Amino acid sequence: MIMFSGDLDKAMAGLIIANGAAAMGDEVTMFFTFWGLNILRKAQKIKVRKSFMEKMFGFMMPRGADKLGLSKMNMGGMGTLMMKGIMRKKRVSSLPELIESAQDLGVKFIACTMSMDVMGIKPEELIDGVEFAGVATYLGEADEANVNLFI
Amino acid sequence: MAEKYINARGLQCPGPVVELFKVAKVSEKGDLITIEVTDMAFKKDIAAWCRKTNNELVSLCEGEGTLKAVIRKG
Repeated sequence: MIMFSGDLDKAMAGLIIANGAAAMGDEVTMFFTFWGLNILRKAQKIKVRKSFMEKMFGFMMPRGADKLGLSKMNMGGMGTLMMKGIMRKKRVSSLPELIESAQDLGVKFIACTMSMDVMGIKPEELIDGVEFAGVATYLGEADEANVNLFI
Repeated sequence: MAEKYINARGLQCPGPVVELFKVAKVSEKGDLITIEVTDMAFKKDIAAWCRKTNNELVSLCEGEGTLKAVIRKG
Protein backbone atom coordinates (compact mmCIF):
# COMPACT_ATOMS: atom_id res chain seq x y z
CA MET A 1 0.00 0.00 0.00
CA ILE A 2 1.18 3.50 -0.75
CA MET A 3 1.12 6.05 2.05
CA PHE A 4 1.18 9.40 0.24
CA SER A 5 -0.77 11.52 2.70
CA GLY A 6 0.61 13.06 5.88
CA ASP A 7 -2.85 13.63 7.39
CA LEU A 8 -3.52 11.99 10.74
CA ASP A 9 -6.88 10.49 9.78
CA LYS A 10 -5.60 9.00 6.54
CA ALA A 11 -2.45 7.68 8.19
CA MET A 12 -4.59 6.01 10.86
CA ALA A 13 -6.82 4.39 8.25
CA GLY A 14 -3.74 3.05 6.46
CA LEU A 15 -2.15 1.70 9.63
CA ILE A 16 -5.40 0.09 10.81
CA ILE A 17 -5.72 -1.70 7.48
CA ALA A 18 -2.06 -2.75 7.65
CA ASN A 19 -2.46 -4.16 11.17
CA GLY A 20 -5.65 -5.94 10.15
CA ALA A 21 -4.08 -7.42 7.04
CA ALA A 22 -1.06 -8.64 8.99
CA ALA A 23 -3.46 -10.20 11.51
CA MET A 24 -5.16 -12.02 8.61
CA GLY A 25 -1.79 -13.59 7.89
CA ASP A 26 -1.00 -11.42 4.87
CA GLU A 27 2.40 -10.05 4.01
CA VAL A 28 2.13 -6.27 4.16
CA THR A 29 4.42 -3.65 2.63
CA MET A 30 3.82 0.04 3.19
CA PHE A 31 5.56 2.39 0.79
CA PHE A 32 5.86 5.90 2.26
CA THR A 33 6.25 8.76 -0.16
CA PHE A 34 5.86 12.58 -0.20
CA TRP A 35 3.82 13.82 2.79
CA GLY A 36 3.50 10.27 4.04
CA LEU A 37 7.20 10.34 4.96
CA ASN A 38 6.33 12.62 7.89
CA ILE A 39 4.56 9.66 9.52
CA LEU A 40 7.95 7.95 9.86
CA ARG A 41 9.93 10.92 11.19
CA LYS A 42 11.40 10.61 14.67
CA ALA A 43 9.80 12.99 17.17
CA GLN A 44 13.13 14.42 18.27
CA LYS A 45 15.31 16.73 16.23
CA ILE A 46 18.23 14.88 14.65
CA LYS A 47 21.41 16.75 13.82
CA VAL A 48 22.07 16.39 10.09
CA ARG A 49 23.62 18.59 7.43
CA LYS A 50 20.96 20.28 5.33
CA SER A 51 20.66 23.07 2.80
CA PHE A 52 18.56 26.14 3.61
CA MET A 53 15.57 24.87 1.63
CA GLU A 54 15.79 21.44 3.23
CA LYS A 55 15.85 23.05 6.67
CA MET A 56 12.75 25.08 5.80
CA PHE A 57 10.95 21.95 4.60
CA GLY A 58 11.92 20.07 7.71
CA PHE A 59 10.75 22.91 9.92
CA MET A 60 7.39 23.36 8.22
CA MET A 61 6.38 19.71 8.09
CA PRO A 62 5.10 17.69 11.07
CA ARG A 63 7.90 15.86 12.85
CA GLY A 64 6.52 12.38 13.37
CA ALA A 65 3.28 10.48 13.82
CA ASP A 66 2.24 12.37 16.92
CA LYS A 67 2.40 15.76 15.18
CA LEU A 68 0.10 15.11 12.24
CA GLY A 69 -3.16 17.01 11.81
CA LEU A 70 -6.58 16.00 10.54
CA SER A 71 -7.42 16.42 6.85
CA LYS A 72 -10.73 18.01 7.82
CA MET A 73 -11.84 20.10 10.82
CA ASN A 74 -8.26 20.59 11.94
CA MET A 75 -9.10 24.16 13.03
CA GLY A 76 -5.52 25.17 13.62
CA GLY A 77 -4.84 22.03 15.62
CA MET A 78 -7.89 22.31 17.93
CA GLY A 79 -9.88 19.75 15.95
CA THR A 80 -6.98 17.33 16.01
CA LEU A 81 -6.60 17.69 19.78
CA MET A 82 -10.31 17.06 20.30
CA MET A 83 -10.28 14.06 17.99
CA LYS A 84 -7.25 12.58 19.77
CA GLY A 85 -9.04 13.09 23.11
CA ILE A 86 -12.19 11.33 21.90
CA MET A 87 -10.19 8.47 20.41
CA ARG A 88 -8.24 8.01 23.64
CA LYS A 89 -11.50 7.93 25.60
CA LYS A 90 -12.94 5.33 23.26
CA ARG A 91 -9.71 3.35 23.47
CA VAL A 92 -8.80 3.60 19.82
CA SER A 93 -5.06 2.93 19.39
CA SER A 94 -3.02 6.06 18.72
CA LEU A 95 -1.01 6.38 15.53
CA PRO A 96 2.34 5.72 17.26
CA GLU A 97 0.82 2.60 18.87
CA LEU A 98 -0.48 1.40 15.51
CA ILE A 99 2.97 1.88 13.98
CA GLU A 100 4.62 -0.10 16.76
CA SER A 101 2.03 -2.87 16.49
CA ALA A 102 2.46 -3.05 12.70
CA GLN A 103 6.23 -3.38 13.07
CA ASP A 104 5.72 -6.14 15.68
CA LEU A 105 3.48 -8.00 13.24
CA GLY A 106 6.18 -7.83 10.58
CA VAL A 107 4.70 -5.12 8.35
CA LYS A 108 7.47 -3.84 6.09
CA PHE A 109 8.00 -0.07 5.99
CA ILE A 110 9.71 1.33 2.92
CA ALA A 111 10.62 4.99 2.49
CA CYS A 112 10.80 6.45 -1.02
CA THR A 113 14.33 7.77 -1.47
CA MET A 114 13.36 10.20 -4.22
CA SER A 115 10.84 11.99 -1.97
CA MET A 116 13.34 11.91 0.87
CA ASP A 117 15.83 13.67 -1.36
CA VAL A 118 13.30 16.26 -2.56
CA MET A 119 12.14 17.06 0.95
CA GLY A 120 15.57 16.86 2.48
CA ILE A 121 14.72 14.04 4.87
CA LYS A 122 17.77 12.01 5.89
CA PRO A 123 17.66 8.27 6.79
CA GLU A 124 18.68 8.96 10.39
CA GLU A 125 15.62 11.20 10.83
CA LEU A 126 13.25 8.27 10.29
CA ILE A 127 12.24 5.66 12.88
CA ASP A 128 14.19 2.41 13.12
CA GLY A 129 13.32 -0.56 10.95
CA VAL A 130 12.56 1.43 7.80
CA GLU A 131 13.97 0.22 4.47
CA PHE A 132 14.85 2.53 1.60
CA ALA A 133 13.84 1.92 -1.99
CA GLY A 134 12.12 3.20 -5.11
CA VAL A 135 9.14 2.63 -7.34
CA ALA A 136 10.40 -0.68 -8.75
CA THR A 137 10.49 -2.23 -5.30
CA TYR A 138 6.95 -1.07 -4.62
CA LEU A 139 5.71 -2.42 -7.98
CA GLY A 140 7.53 -5.69 -7.46
CA GLU A 141 5.68 -6.18 -4.16
CA ALA A 142 2.35 -4.88 -5.49
CA ASP A 143 2.47 -7.29 -8.43
CA GLU A 144 2.27 -10.18 -6.00
CA ALA A 145 -0.52 -8.67 -3.90
CA ASN A 146 -4.30 -8.90 -4.18
CA VAL A 147 -4.93 -5.70 -2.26
CA ASN A 148 -3.22 -2.48 -3.25
CA LEU A 149 -4.13 0.89 -1.79
CA PHE A 150 -3.14 4.49 -2.31
CA ILE A 151 -3.77 6.57 0.79
CA MET B 1 -4.40 -29.75 23.12
CA ALA B 2 -4.38 -26.47 24.97
CA GLU B 3 -7.14 -24.04 25.79
CA LYS B 4 -6.42 -20.35 25.75
CA TYR B 5 -8.37 -17.27 26.71
CA ILE B 6 -8.07 -13.72 25.40
CA ASN B 7 -9.78 -10.79 27.04
CA ALA B 8 -10.13 -8.26 24.23
CA ARG B 9 -12.94 -6.29 25.87
CA GLY B 10 -12.67 -2.58 25.23
CA LEU B 11 -10.29 -3.00 22.33
CA GLN B 12 -11.33 -1.24 19.14
CA CYS B 13 -10.77 -2.46 15.61
CA PRO B 14 -8.23 -3.88 14.69
CA GLY B 15 -7.27 -4.80 18.29
CA PRO B 16 -9.26 -8.05 18.67
CA VAL B 17 -8.01 -9.70 15.46
CA VAL B 18 -4.45 -8.56 16.17
CA GLU B 19 -4.54 -10.15 19.64
CA LEU B 20 -6.18 -13.29 18.25
CA PHE B 21 -3.55 -13.56 15.52
CA LYS B 22 -0.70 -13.28 18.02
CA VAL B 23 -2.12 -16.09 20.16
CA ALA B 24 -3.03 -18.28 17.16
CA LYS B 25 0.51 -17.92 15.84
CA VAL B 26 2.00 -19.59 18.90
CA SER B 27 -0.76 -22.23 19.17
CA GLU B 28 -0.77 -25.83 17.97
CA LYS B 29 -3.26 -27.39 15.56
CA GLY B 30 -6.42 -28.31 17.47
CA ASP B 31 -5.92 -25.81 20.29
CA LEU B 32 -9.04 -23.98 21.42
CA ILE B 33 -8.92 -20.22 21.76
CA THR B 34 -11.71 -18.33 23.50
CA ILE B 35 -11.87 -14.59 22.93
CA GLU B 36 -14.23 -12.06 24.45
CA VAL B 37 -14.72 -8.68 22.79
CA THR B 38 -16.95 -5.62 22.99
CA ASP B 39 -16.31 -4.49 19.41
CA MET B 40 -19.50 -5.50 17.60
CA ALA B 41 -17.75 -5.58 14.22
CA PHE B 42 -16.11 -8.75 15.48
CA LYS B 43 -19.27 -10.73 14.75
CA LYS B 44 -18.64 -10.46 11.01
CA ASP B 45 -14.88 -10.01 11.27
CA ILE B 46 -14.25 -13.27 13.08
CA ALA B 47 -15.97 -15.27 10.32
CA ALA B 48 -13.80 -13.59 7.68
CA TRP B 49 -10.68 -14.04 9.80
CA CYS B 50 -11.31 -17.77 10.28
CA ARG B 51 -12.00 -18.27 6.58
CA LYS B 52 -8.85 -16.44 5.58
CA THR B 53 -6.52 -18.00 8.13
CA ASN B 54 -7.94 -21.57 7.87
CA ASN B 55 -9.08 -21.72 11.47
CA GLU B 56 -12.44 -23.04 12.59
CA LEU B 57 -15.08 -20.94 14.32
CA VAL B 58 -16.51 -23.38 16.85
CA SER B 59 -19.03 -21.06 18.44
CA LEU B 60 -20.01 -17.42 18.65
CA CYS B 61 -22.39 -16.19 21.31
CA GLU B 62 -23.66 -12.73 21.97
CA GLY B 63 -24.07 -11.49 25.53
CA GLU B 64 -24.93 -8.05 26.79
CA GLY B 65 -22.64 -5.79 24.82
CA THR B 66 -20.09 -8.57 24.42
CA LEU B 67 -19.29 -11.32 21.98
CA LYS B 68 -17.62 -14.57 22.90
CA ALA B 69 -16.05 -16.66 20.19
CA VAL B 70 -14.34 -20.04 20.38
CA ILE B 71 -11.86 -20.84 17.62
CA ARG B 72 -10.13 -24.11 16.90
CA LYS B 73 -6.69 -23.66 15.40
CA GLY B 74 -6.52 -25.28 11.96
